Amino acid sequence: MTADIDIRAGRLAAGDYAANFGDLHPLLADHEARLAAERCLFCYDPPCQTACPTAIDVPLFIRQIATGNRLGAAKTILAANPLGAMCARVCPTETLCQEACVRTAEGEPVEIGRLQRYATEPVIDGSRPLFRRAPPTGHSVAVVGAGPAGLACAHRLAVAGHDVTIFEARPKPGGLDEYGIASYKATDDIAQREVAWLLSVGGITLKAGAALGRDVTLAELRSTFDAVFLGLGLQAVNGLGLDDRGIAGIEDAVAFIARLREAQAEGRLDTVPVGRRVVVIGGGMTAIDAAVQAKKLGAEEVTLVYRRGPEAMGASRFEQELALTEGVAIRHFARPAALLADEGRLTGVEFCQTRIEDGRLADGDDLFVLPADMLLRAIGQAFAPAALDGAADVIALDGGRIAVDAERRTSLERVYAGGDCIAGGSDLTVVAVEDGKIAAAAIDRMLKGSVAAAAE
Amino acid sequence: MADLSVNFCGIKAPNPFWLASAPPTDKAYNIERAFRAGWGGVVWKTLGEDGPPIVNVSGPRYGATYGSDRKVVGFNNIELITDRPLQINLDEIKAVKSRWPDRAILVSLMVPCEEEAWKTILRKVEDTGADGVELNFGCPHGMSERGMGAAVGQVPEYIEMVTRWCKANSRLPVVVKLTPNVTDIRKPAEAAKRGGADAVSLINTVNSILAVDLDAMAPAPHTDGKATHGGYCGPAVKPICLHMVAEIARNRETHGVPLSGIGGIETWRDAAEYIALGCGTVQVCTAAMVYGFKIVQEMISGLEAWMDEKGYATIDDFRGRAVANTTDWQYLNLDYVVKARIDQDLCIKCGRCHIACEDTSHQAISAMKDGVRHFEVIDAECVGCNLCASVCPVEHCIEMVPLVNEVDARTGRLVDGSYRNWTQHPNNPAVRQAAE
Repeated sequence: MTADIDIRAGRLAAGDYAANFGDLHPLLADHEARLAAERCLFCYDPPCQTACPTAIDVPLFIRQIATGNRLGAAKTILAANPLGAMCARVCPTETLCQEACVRTAEGEPVEIGRLQRYATEPVIDGSRPLFRRAPPTGHSVAVVGAGPAGLACAHRLAVAGHDVTIFEARPKPGGLDEYGIASYKATDDIAQREVAWLLSVGGITLKAGAALGRDVTLAELRSTFDAVFLGLGLQAVNGLGLDDRGIAGIEDAVAFIARLREAQAEGRLDTVPVGRRVVVIGGGMTAIDAAVQAKKLGAEEVTLVYRRGPEAMGASRFEQELALTEGVAIRHFARPAALLADEGRLTGVEFCQTRIEDGRLADGDDLFVLPADMLLRAIGQAFAPAALDGAADVIALDGGRIAVDAERRTSLERVYAGGDCIAGGSDLTVVAVEDGKIAAAAIDRMLKGSVAAAAE
Repeated sequence: MADLSVNFCGIKAPNPFWLASAPPTDKAYNIERAFRAGWGGVVWKTLGEDGPPIVNVSGPRYGATYGSDRKVVGFNNIELITDRPLQINLDEIKAVKSRWPDRAILVSLMVPCEEEAWKTILRKVEDTGADGVELNFGCPHGMSERGMGAAVGQVPEYIEMVTRWCKANSRLPVVVKLTPNVTDIRKPAEAAKRGGADAVSLINTVNSILAVDLDAMAPAPHTDGKATHGGYCGPAVKPICLHMVAEIARNRETHGVPLSGIGGIETWRDAAEYIALGCGTVQVCTAAMVYGFKIVQEMISGLEAWMDEKGYATIDDFRGRAVANTTDWQYLNLDYVVKARIDQDLCIKCGRCHIACEDTSHQAISAMKDGVRHFEVIDAECVGCNLCASVCPVEHCIEMVPLVNEVDARTGRLVDGSYRNWTQHPNNPAVRQAAE
């Protein structure tokens, strides 16, 4: 009955929003950081550094924290990863450096993520640039997309002495760091503060609200600049394969999260509507982030439904456990079969059980219905070739994403790409940063045959 | 950006972080790795006379004492001088120096107490192009039983004599390494200076027995059931060495003699403390053996950052600045009063401050307030001894705060910045006698 359909904002008491969306892991206090740092054993050929896609010298920065050299620790981190501040908050350390930590054997890895945040936070807050630009080379590079891949590429190129112009379609830079990361991981406007710090190195011009295709074309960029880097991300969201036209209450999880992040930035989380009973379809980080944040907004029931088992989910075990702790129900081995609606509004979702048969996913016999006011789609994003503005005809794709070689070169001359939009990536912020670094080094070599990065 | 370069009695190096004479500086292989990691200089492991090399026990040669989390806080060794033929060492020194001309290489030497022995080896070392020599008068075991090492270092006359021989027979800078196993470190330092030493380095290791194996009923570690004393080093000995460095730096006869500090240096801050007490370089051994050569990167980064923050452009800008503030107990201001203050926001209520004070000090910390576990200082009893702050597990939770223009609740006296030391105090019998 329509009387049961309930999507509204302001479900919580005013003070609860700050509490619910505050830091999942608060910043370490000085003495906590000291104790955490002293647990590091300063390993030889550190497994944590090997596990880090940007190869941050983890033991060195931790030792620098332990000896009271917080600034030195920040330099060590940011020299390898210019977005080290954001990565400290969002990296799945439980499957990267902290999983590799030799102290995991005792059940307790070193708190690398929190230590990295402790080191980088004051630098991002201040206006102190840690890196000095090399003398101007006279070359200019266009970077499309102000997400982590584009920002990392731009920073490295600027430090090498090149001039960079970033074209960003959205009103604010940051990409998913600004629009997609869960609020409780990206508190205090960190994405914008980090971008401001990155740009403070000089030599980078940011053009927001400039979309490839609509405001500028790839052909124009190729003729105006000496090289182009594409950090376009994934524009398209996979559909459920069900007819959901004309049913209110269904949206993409990424759009829901973006709205929530915008509201958080403006201090008005109490204006974000959320259903009383919410269903999220999917098994990755986005699904978890959407489900947890829906619960934190005050939804009574949030159920995440995934078509396979927990070990097949893209979200790490830590993330799954976080969801359960936050009160999200997780159901495995079920796929949406039909949408139930009343007068154009969602009332429930019918699911079909699945099972593994001969190594493949197959439908089971049972059907069940979950009542729902709101359904969030989080079954993956895809690269939208339309973003390439016609160049989709000539740029090589691989499995629907841009094909690149080891130096991040695309099939188009002097056009490079990195981040989620390229084939073979693992959709992590830190991997996007590494792509940006690799492409910047390749562009730099191509432009002047040398690699220069002077740290102050 | 701070400049870490040093000029130590004419020997130049890009930074003051040098490696001490020990296994880490045994061979070209080790030293090449050290220089690649960034160390500014090394003292080559002690060379002896030409002839059959020394032979040491197979092991164990080392042991350690641990803090929490098995952190090495003290280290014991029965290492000896080089066990490789002299010529191989000399050839390697020459080769390494030519490959690394900007790094300092001193060569540590220990030969019998005869001028001819020193003359011979000095000539050979000069031919390598090394920057200087360090005279090993400190080995507390092995060599001292044969009239070398500490057998010389504990006798000022011998120090002066051998130093004089070396200065007469070589144009190389001579650094005299001192043993701490003496009653008054100023005496050996003065002797070195009289002999013409260009610098002194200190300390060598402290005589020690680490522990006793209660099952084997022998000191640990032991070799075939028997054990001997060794030399203690590492973080545990840093305070001993800092004191000795300060004594030499403020002693009129030895003030101004270049100093190289050796003892428990692990971090940039340790090095800065030695420099503040007058050292021009520091030498590291234990920390390199415990963690590997990479630790120098933290040291360089940390010292640079601190110097930038404080506005010190060069090492000399802050070298020795703490010497003038090092004095004798009898000159400390007895009128200066501090009281302990517990930060209740940081306090985790373990109660360790209370029991330390209650059992062993002045009973100046209460344990309860309004029936609840709560720890607070009683100003009327607190003498400001700093025991509570020392044992508190939370850094900066307890601070010692000076009284300024307030009445000390313990004595009733107004603390107004006056100065009075023991030599002026009426309770001092010597003062009363003089008055009479």
